[in-house]
Amino acid sequence: MSVDRVRRLVDAVPDPELPHVTIGDLGMVRSVRSSSFGIVVEITPTYTGCPATEAIVDAVRAAIGEAGYGPASVEMVLDPPWTTDDITEQGREKLRKAGIAPPPEIAGDLEAVIDLPAPCPRCHSRRTRRLGDFGATACKAPHVCQACGEPFELFKPI
Amino acid sequence: MGATVLSNDELLRHADRAMVLAQRLTEWIAHAPDLEEDMALANLGLDLLGQARSLYTLAGAREGAGRTEDDFAYLREAREFRNPALVEQPNGDFAATIVRQFLHDAYAIEWWTARVDGPDPDVGALAAKVVKETTYHLRYSRGWLVRLGDGTDESHRRTSAAVDALWPFVGDLFAPSDAALRPGFDDRVAAGFADATVSVPAGAEAFTPATEPSPLLVELLAEMQSLHRAHPGVSW
Repeated sequence: MSVDRVRRLVDAVPDPELPHVTIGDLGMVRSVRSSSFGIVVEITPTYTGCPATEAIVDAVRAAIGEAGYGPASVEMVLDPPWTTDDITEQGREKLRKAGIAPPPEIAGDLEAVIDLPAPCPRCHSRRTRRLGDFGATACKAPHVCQACGEPFELFKPI
Repeated sequence: MGATVLSNDELLRHADRAMVLAQRLTEWIAHAPDLEEDMALANLGLDLLGQARSLYTLAGAREGAGRTEDDFAYLREAREFRNPALVEQPNGDFAATIVRQFLHDAYAIEWWTARVDGPDPDVGALAAKVVKETTYHLRYSRGWLVRLGDGTDESHRRTSAAVDALWPFVGDLFAPSDAALRPGFDDRVAAGFADATVSVPAGAEAFTPATEPSPLLVELLAEMQSLHRAHPGVSW
């Protein structure tokens, strides 16, 4: 059995709340290994209270099972904690294409970036305004671009 | 590990604090002043619910008796809850909800920050993320505190009334082991109140926890636990 192949299957599972990106793009997959009990996948949750976490675990098990590599167990690891810095460059590009501004890099200092103006994912202007702290999901904040007038969401740095 | 990790009593105190406040915040869903605040209050509650779930799960694992997060949240009596009384206080008007949230967040960020490099590695891993979540909560609650306090005569009056009503519960936020957190909390609150042009009530932290659970908590849990009690063992 090819663990690399299973890793690619797991990486390709879409995020249920952000279907334009996969859990691999988000940097949630910590490891995939083969054990005497079957495939073991380590996933790290994004937000502490993210309601998508359980759906992701089910989707990972289903993806492995449907490809004939089951049974698989999925373990949640909290340490080191996930941060938006773990989102891949490919994931950031997909977010932009979906009209979501990717988060700025935190590098350990959230306070330094939390009030930076988010660049508009359409026209790239930084003349944008934050409309609220919480959008349709906890990970995004609604914004409006004052240059092109379009509303957009920022994937909040965390 | 060993003697340096948090006691289960302390884990439950913080899990219950987050759980009870999350439940209060969900009472705003579909009732907030506008759509943005409706989503914001619900998302604050969602983050707090996630924190409670993680702490309950950790407490259950350490206890080793097979209790799950649901057992702690849904199958304990009000007298077994350890949350500080501040988070039980009714939502009141939007100003009261914001003042309660600001006082809570100013405490929570100090408590979680102290856990990040603390001696309990399981709580530390959780804390690294919760500190960032709480940074957003505090920006929200502080932002509204200032807008309301330094807003119209009416919003100022309501904010001041909420501060006077909720200040007595501040002392109860701090367990004896939290004494080192108080100066940081006081600085945050003083700066927030100054920007909001409201004054810190003088020497009025008179609340003493009763030996019996408050009627507020009993009522809150009756609603929160009703589904689970009507359908024992139910799961989503």
